[in-house]
This record gives sequence, C-alpha cells and structure tokens, in this order.
Amino acid sequence: MKPAIHYSTVEGRSLAYWGLLGFLSFVLLLGLGATWVMEHNGHHVTGMNNHVIWGMPHVFAVFMIIAASGILNVASIGSVFGRKMYKPLGRLSALLAFAFLAGGLMVLMLDLGRPDRLVIAATYLNPKSVFAWNILLYPGFFLAVLVYVWFMMERRMNKYSHQAGLFAFIWRLLLTTGTGSIFGFIVARQGYDAAIMAPMFIIMSFGFGLAIYILTLMAAYRWTGRELGDSVLRTLKNLLGVFVAAIFYFVFVFHLTSLYGTENHGIERFILMEGGIYTQMFWIGWVIIGMLLPMAIVYHPSMGKSRNWIGIASAMVIVGGLASMYVIIIGGQAYPMPIFPGYEASSSFLDGQVAQYAPSIWEIGLGLGGVALALVMTTFAIKVLPFLPNSLEDALVDPHHKPAPVEAEATAG
Amino acid sequence: MKQIRNLLIVLAASLILSGPLSAADIGPELKINRSKGDQCVEPAEVMRRDHMEFLLHKRDETMHKGIRTEKYSLKECINCHANKDEQGDYIPVNAPGEFCQSCHTYTSVKLDCFECHATKPRETAFHPIVTDRMNAYREQHEAPPSKTLLDSIARQGGEQ
Amino acid sequence: MNKQPKVITGRREFIGKSAAATGGAIAIASGVTLFQVGQASARPADESVSNKVRWGMLVDSNKCADGCNDCVTACETENAWGSGSSDEQQSGASQKAQWIRTVTLKNNLTGSEHQLPMMCQHCEEPPCVDVCPTGASFKRADGIVLVDKHICIGCRYCMMACPYKARSFIHEELTNQNPDVPRGKGTVESCTMCVHKIDRGDGNTACAEACSKAGHNAIIFGDLNDPESNLSKELKQQASTQIRADLNLNTGVRYRGI
Repeated sequence: MKPAIHYSTVEGRSLAYWGLLGFLSFVLLLGLGATWVMEHNGHHVTGMNNHVIWGMPHVFAVFMIIAASGILNVASIGSVFGRKMYKPLGRLSALLAFAFLAGGLMVLMLDLGRPDRLVIAATYLNPKSVFAWNILLYPGFFLAVLVYVWFMMERRMNKYSHQAGLFAFIWRLLLTTGTGSIFGFIVARQGYDAAIMAPMFIIMSFGFGLAIYILTLMAAYRWTGRELGDSVLRTLKNLLGVFVAAIFYFVFVFHLTSLYGTENHGIERFILMEGGIYTQMFWIGWVIIGMLLPMAIVYHPSMGKSRNWIGIASAMVIVGGLASMYVIIIGGQAYPMPIFPGYEASSSFLDGQVAQYAPSIWEIGLGLGGVALALVMTTFAIKVLPFLPNSLEDALVDPHHKPAPVEAEATAG
Repeated sequence: MKQIRNLLIVLAASLILSGPLSAADIGPELKINRSKGDQCVEPAEVMRRDHMEFLLHKRDETMHKGIRTEKYSLKECINCHANKDEQGDYIPVNAPGEFCQSCHTYTSVKLDCFECHATKPRETAFHPIVTDRMNAYREQHEAPPSKTLLDSIARQGGEQ
Repeated sequence: MNKQPKVITGRREFIGKSAAATGGAIAIASGVTLFQVGQASARPADESVSNKVRWGMLVDSNKCADGCNDCVTACETENAWGSGSSDEQQSGASQKAQWIRTVTLKNNLTGSEHQLPMMCQHCEEPPCVDVCPTGASFKRADGIVLVDKHICIGCRYCMMACPYKARSFIHEELTNQNPDVPRGKGTVESCTMCVHKIDRGDGNTACAEACSKAGHNAIIFGDLNDPESNLSKELKQQASTQIRADLNLNTGVRYRGI
C-alpha cells in the first residue's frame, strides 16, 4: 500500500515570500487606484466608448472567470472521475479556482458605470438576463468550492468529496455555459450570435485553467523546496495538449462555419485578414502562440519532458487565452453591425465603420489588479491552511509507478 | 444602589426630554424659499423622515406608469426649493449650503439624485414675440404648441 | 435699492402670464379639435399608461432631405445632449452620447445615396430588455422602451445587445440636464420617444415636430393601435419595413425607402 499523502502549510517566513506578497499587494493597490480614477472621473478616461463598449477590463475579467472554472477541473478529475493521481492536486485546484473567480469578478464589478449599485444588482434580477443568472451562479460557485474544499480537507467528510465534486463540476459547467452565452445570445453582432460559443468557452476554460494550474503548481513547489515528480507534470502537460487541441478544433469549426455563409464574409475577412491588431492577435497571439506552439512543445519527445518547456508552453497558452479574449470581445465590437445590408453606411455615429479602441492605463491597471487579487489570495491561503501536499514525488502519487529493483525491499508498505 | 438610581434618573430624563425634541428641532438651518408658498406638500417632520419613501414610490410610478402628478415629484421639489443668487440665476440645490445639501451634509448621507436629475428649475423663456409665432405655427401644423418647442423657437431668436 | 430690475421682471411676468393664459385657452380650444386627431394624448395625469396605446413612428427616407439634420438638432435641444448641452466636454468624440443620428446610405450596386434618421426602434421584443440584469432597461406598457436610471448599474450589456446601436453610455459627470430628462454619469440612455412630452399631452416628438417645421414631414409620430391616427393611415396606404426585419423584433419605428 502506498504511504498516505500529507499536506502542510507553507512556512511563509522568508524574505522572498513577504516580497512576493508585498509586490502582489502593491499591484492590487494600483488596480484599486485605477478603479478610483475611472469611477471618479467617469469612463471618459478609458479607451472604451459608445462603440467598443467593453474593453481591457472585460478581456481580463472574462479570461479569469473562465479560467477559474477550468482550474477546478483538476480537482474534478480526481473526485468525480476517480483518477488517483489527481486527488492530491484537488485542494490547490479548488483554492486557485476560488481565487481567480474572485479576481475576475472584482474587475467586472469595479468596471461598472455605477459600482456603488451592487446591492441593486443583487436584489433586482431580470430572469431573462444571463448577467442576472450570473448573480446567482457565481456566489453559488464560491459556496460549492468552499464546501468541496472543506470535504477534501476534513477527514470525516472525505467520503462525500465525490458528491461535492460532482455538484461543483455540474455547477461550473452551467456557469461557463452562461459566460459563453453572454456573447452567444447576442443576435445583434456577427462576431457572436453562435450556439458554439458556450461549449467553446467551456473547452477554453479547460485549457486556460490547466495552464494557470500548472504554472502555479510548478512555482509553488519550486519556491517552497517541495518535490514535484515527473509523472504529475507529465500527466498534466499531456492533458494540456489534449485541451489545446480541442480548443483548436472548436475555433476551427467556429470560423469555418462562419466563413461558409456569405453574409459573414465581412466579419471573417476582418478578423482573419484585414483587422490590423485583431488579425495579429488572432493568428500570432491565439493560433500560433496560444495553440500551435504549446501543442508542439507538449508533444515534442524531449521538450515535452523538460520542466522549463512545460512552463513556457503553459505561459503561451495563457498569452493565447488573453489574445483570444481580445479578438472575441473587442474584435467582435469593433466590426460594424450589418444594419443595412447591401449599402455602404456612414454617419456621425460610426455606422458602417470599424470602431477604434486603444486600451488606457487605467483599464490595464484594473485588470492586473484582479490578477494580483487572485494571486494574493492564493499566496496567503497556502500559508494559513494545508493546501499543498508535502511531496508530489512519483513514488507517492503515481499509481503505476514501478520502483527501481534496488528500492523494492525498502518500500515494503 | 446609588449608581443604579443615578442611571435610572439619567435614563428617565433622556426619555422625557426626547419627547418634545421632534425631528423638526434637530438639524441645520435650512434656506427655505418662501416665495413659492408657505407649506411643503407634507409637514416638515414627516418630510425629514420620509421624503425618500415618497420619492422612491413616486419615481417608480413615473418611470413605469407615466404618472407625473406634482405631489412628491422631485422636479416640483426643486421648482419650489431652489434658491436664486444675487444675479437672479438659480443655484443648484446640491451646492454647499443649499436646500438639499445642507441636511445631507449634516446627516452624512450621500445625495444620489443629482447624478442624473437637474439641480435647477428650467426657466421658460416667455417672450412676447413668441406668442404670435406660436399661434402661426399652431395654425400651420395643427399641433398643440409644446412648452419646450417654444423654448427652442425662442432660443433660435427669430428664425422661422 | 434699485427697483428697476424688479419692475421689468414684473412686466415680463405679466405679459408672459397673459400669453400663457391666452396660449392655454387657445390650446384648450384647439384641444377640442385635436381630440379627434390625437385623442390618445389626452390621458389624465394620474392615470397609468396602458397597452391600449402603442406609440410608434414612420420615417420616410424618400422625404428625408440630404444634408438636413433638423431632427437631430431638435432632439439635442429638447433632451439636452450633444449641441443642446454644455456637458460632455471631456468625453472623446466616440464617447459622446448620440440619441438620434442621420445615416447616409450608398447603394453598393447602383451608387445612389439617400439618408435617414436612426434612433431607438422601440421594439416590441427588445433585446436590450432581455439582457439587462436589473431590469432597468424596460418596455413601458405603451410601447416606449426606456432606461430606469435609478436601477441602471452601467454594465452596458444593453448596448452590446442592441441591433441598432441605439444606446449611449455617459462617460463623465453631467450638470446641465433638462429637468424633464434626467441623464447621468455611469448610466445608459437612448431615445425616449420624448416620453416627457408624450405624457404631457404634446402628442408629438421633437424630431417629428422639427421635421414638419422644416417642411419635409419625413417623420410621423402616432399611435399604432389607433386605426384613425395619421400614422396608422399612412402605414396602411403604402408599404414600410423595419430595419433588420429578419430579427423579427416588431419595431415601433417603421421605414420607407430603405
């Protein structure tokens, strides 16, 4: 029988730890300062306008929200699908998911025109609005994750962690479907209005979430001097490859379908060829950096075994994720709506014209502040509660681990 | 024992004294414009406590049902309560020392209304010349002359 | 003390008041005739709006004169935005509100150009109402689509969802609002079909009034539910369409000559 996995808190007394926490808190403070500037002066200080309504804050927020959902995947694979290797990874997965959802929501709520009206947002609910559903889905997710992580940490409740995990799994499928449908339900714009957006967001959540998880895991173990075995990393990176391949498939189908209809030739030409920054973000940011290169690294015989390369691949997926949000959210708004097909329209309100958008420092600051919040929460939480296994070496976690013959006598039980 | 007795005396005194001290006696001096009338739509004590309730109910009636009667209308509050400066221009009601702001500063309650609502009544520019043009326009177009159409005509200053 | 200003004001007030009284009397008198033309506008002040009435407009693009912007100017003046207001000085050009705009259309095949005014289409099934999380974007019983700025949180989802890009967001603090038309920082707004004028019984919107005044009569406002209204009669006489008719939103604003 394998020795049990032990968890412990991180000591968190080194200068490096406090330095990290201090730096992240500083970025968070900058983010809050940026919010104050935007709220006090009004959104005229941002690059957002009446044509590109949602900008960088939403790129960050939606990325973090869907990533949060995908981060919990790691725990789900352990609790719900019974994969033994993933079980020790579950606590950190739940923590990180909670933290990233918190960060994403912070950005979303602070970008509102009237953030002082959050109580109204929580009490006046239009049953037909996806945003109103989210008012219930997001706190529900927080609650589900809290219960789930409690069940994982409390020995007496361990036997229910499967049910809690299943509940959280289904809940976050609903949540991410909702996030994708925010755009998918929009009939007005050609860049949205597609049922495929909901499942595409789900598969993107799997990829982005796992990439963030891998990087966090590697950083946490390297910086605390704990052992992270190759088999865990190998399993995770292979899964990352599968997810990225799936994302590629969905993007391919999305654009192929859109291209087939003549009415969409304008928007597709815009995104794929003539959209300037959006075209660059799509091909270079999303397709090449975000999908093709990571897949090449993951499946490469030697690069796929190197930790550094796995880290780089994960970082690339994250960059690609942000690029994908930029293309979808901002590109979808920049292209004019087909209000008068068959005509070239012009007006004082940019009818028929591509809208301009340049992110302001305040929006980027707010977005980074959200990321900082997520990382501050995680960094602090692992010092307070035992989220991290003491060791994730192969002998402990790999169910198929075959010890070298010499060790066979030593590992008797 | 003595301490309990003293405590009871203090309690009784504060209860007795709080009676005559109604809401009308507490608070800052308000600049009330008496030229439009002597009486608000409700007594002062009622208004101090409940003006938000009236306004909240009225706003939903106006917004959703289109009921624009004058009682409890925020616009009418401002029409009555806005003061003028020496030049004869209206001062915004949320300026320091003015009607709404003086109480709200005292109670430390942020005023949200005037993020959207106008802080001054709108003067109707009634010009003698307008009357003739108003009649002519109405005859031409079989439409009732609207108050603000007159404003725009007057503002255009003589264009046809 | 200088009594001079007071006397002049007194005179103005007197003339003003008698003009008002005369105007009022004439208005009441003409109201009797008007009753037949626009009886829907005679709703008692304390009565709730109902769906017996559905306000709408017909815009005839053929009559819209090239280069004319009177409807836009009238709306700006009436509702105190754009050139009708001293506010929004800090917002960029693409951040300033626009409730109505003239759109110039050039036919891709023939090259011929014409223009038309575009504003909130006051759909019967408004996408903006569907997506609003708080219900601030709502449709009134008489068909006018409005933003209840008391509960608008400024999320701008309605702006995303509107197929006509009818809505605008206020990007800075405003101080010079028309008391009849509240607008504020951080909330979303759009054409209200001059709801304050309609409720008052004016029976017409500023844009339609201005278009008539200019002699083009390209915009007709009225009650879609009243078969005797000018609007309904016009709609019966000649074909008209909705913009983006394929979306099946049953707009209250119809167009000819698109």
